[in-house]
Amino acid sequence: MDKPTPSHLPVIEMTGLAVGSRENPAAPILEDVQWSVQAGEYWVIGGMHGAGKTELLLLTAGLAAPLRGGYRLFGREMPVRGDEFLTEGLRVGLVFEDGQLFHDLSIEENVALPLRYHRELAQGHMEKSVKTILEWCGLGPQAARLPGRMERAWRKRAGLARALVLQPEVLLLDNPLGGLDPRHAQWWFEALDQLSSGHGCSEGRPLTLVVTTEDLRPWKKHAAHFALLPQNRLRVLGPLAELGPQTDPFVKELLSEPLLQ
Amino acid sequence: MEHFNPGAVAAPPTPLLTPARPARKLAHRLGHAFHHFLTTTREIGAFALITLGVAVTKFGVARDVTIPAIYQAQVSSGRKMLPMLLFISAALGLVVVGQTISLLKEFGATAYLGPIMAAVVVRELGPLLTAMLVLARSGTRNVIELGTARALGELEALEALRIDPIHYLVMPRVIGMGLAVFALTIYFILGTMLSGYLFAFVTNVPLRPEEYLHQLVDALSTLDFAILSIKSCLFGIVIAVVTCYHGLARPLRLEDVSQATISAVAQSIIGCVLIDALFIVIYILAR
Repeated sequence: MDKPTPSHLPVIEMTGLAVGSRENPAAPILEDVQWSVQAGEYWVIGGMHGAGKTELLLLTAGLAAPLRGGYRLFGREMPVRGDEFLTEGLRVGLVFEDGQLFHDLSIEENVALPLRYHRELAQGHMEKSVKTILEWCGLGPQAARLPGRMERAWRKRAGLARALVLQPEVLLLDNPLGGLDPRHAQWWFEALDQLSSGHGCSEGRPLTLVVTTEDLRPWKKHAAHFALLPQNRLRVLGPLAELGPQTDPFVKELLSEPLLQ
Repeated sequence: MEHFNPGAVAAPPTPLLTPARPARKLAHRLGHAFHHFLTTTREIGAFALITLGVAVTKFGVARDVTIPAIYQAQVSSGRKMLPMLLFISAALGLVVVGQTISLLKEFGATAYLGPIMAAVVVRELGPLLTAMLVLARSGTRNVIELGTARALGELEALEALRIDPIHYLVMPRVIGMGLAVFALTIYFILGTMLSGYLFAFVTNVPLRPEEYLHQLVDALSTLDFAILSIKSCLFGIVIAVVTCYHGLARPLRLEDVSQATISAVAQSIIGCVLIDALFIVIYILAR
């Protein structure tokens, strides 16, 4: 059993962190990141295209090393590579913007792969877990299809199902609403609200959620904590209820009336 | 008064070092190519060592995933290639044995058919041609599959799921291809010898099946079988390592995949030929 993080310790803690860009890992795309996330919090990080959202999530998930500064995940100093990171790594799930499904595996096989690799479960138990999560994501009828033959919206959901199947404590989501119609977007809001307040997929335990987006406005009624990525910095706005009047035009624009109700 | 002469103005000054420049360029290109060769060899060697390390330390991990993957790699590189391989082996048998027999008949030396077949087909052409066929079919598919997966970000997805890409993608291919090339080489040699004898039979060569078999058995030794097994497995391993390296080890965009495939094929051929040369030396020293 994984050792739980003491409740007073942040699950994610970054101090003076510099994040390298994907194109040139030696060049920082974000500098001096000061950020702390407590267990069960629901964060939304807004930023324009190319602001470093994906890079920040990859680093948070332990897939990239910081250029400078300190990063602690579940109280453990990062980066840790290889099998030493496995315990902490399995407590973090990452949902990619396009799902990043394995193209030669069906949706069902994609979702089952992490279970088959990491858990020694009986076939029946594994199939039941996969079926439950696929049905919750509305993917039951499409379980046997290959990702390349599905619409992007359903591939994104399959990416969520695959990340949830190992029951992580922290879920990182890279622009989950990108390219979705309002019907699918509404499904994501409801699904993430359920995960944030505790759902069967996480044994009823509230998940810590970090979502990146290009538009903060639709999230105002859902997330509790907000941050922005202006000019190579992470600017924490904090809980929405505690936000005072904003003078920065960038922040004002991102917090004006939502386009999507 | 001086007259303006455009030809004189346009003519470039005669360089003092003109004869040396092409030589310098050639030396520069050769040096660059040699440096590139050494760098690539070092990187592929490091990739092979990492794969070996993962195979040794993690062979028992996630067997539910890796054992079916090894079987799948063995089937796709081996069993599915069998019809094409047998066709080529039959054609080679007709060509090599047919030509050899027609030559030997002139001198009444058909008794040497067995030793010639052993030397040409068992020791050299069989393993090398099988390896080239596997490279053409399965090696290229490795680069394209893995390169596309890398370009589409599937490698990051594996890492996010804490699945070691070397363990999940490379190790099964290396083991599967090593076994596949070994098995296919045996089939290839049998196919060539059988079609060769059929040619001899059809063309009324005075050689009975038991004589032909006897010649082959006499011409082969235990060393031949040992070298054949090790060499053919190594061919498969080299092809798998080089093609997986080009598909996975470097960041690729989709448009880079075709160039990576070309490089992988060229380097795999070089690797197999070098191994073949090494085994010729071993064979000469061991006899």
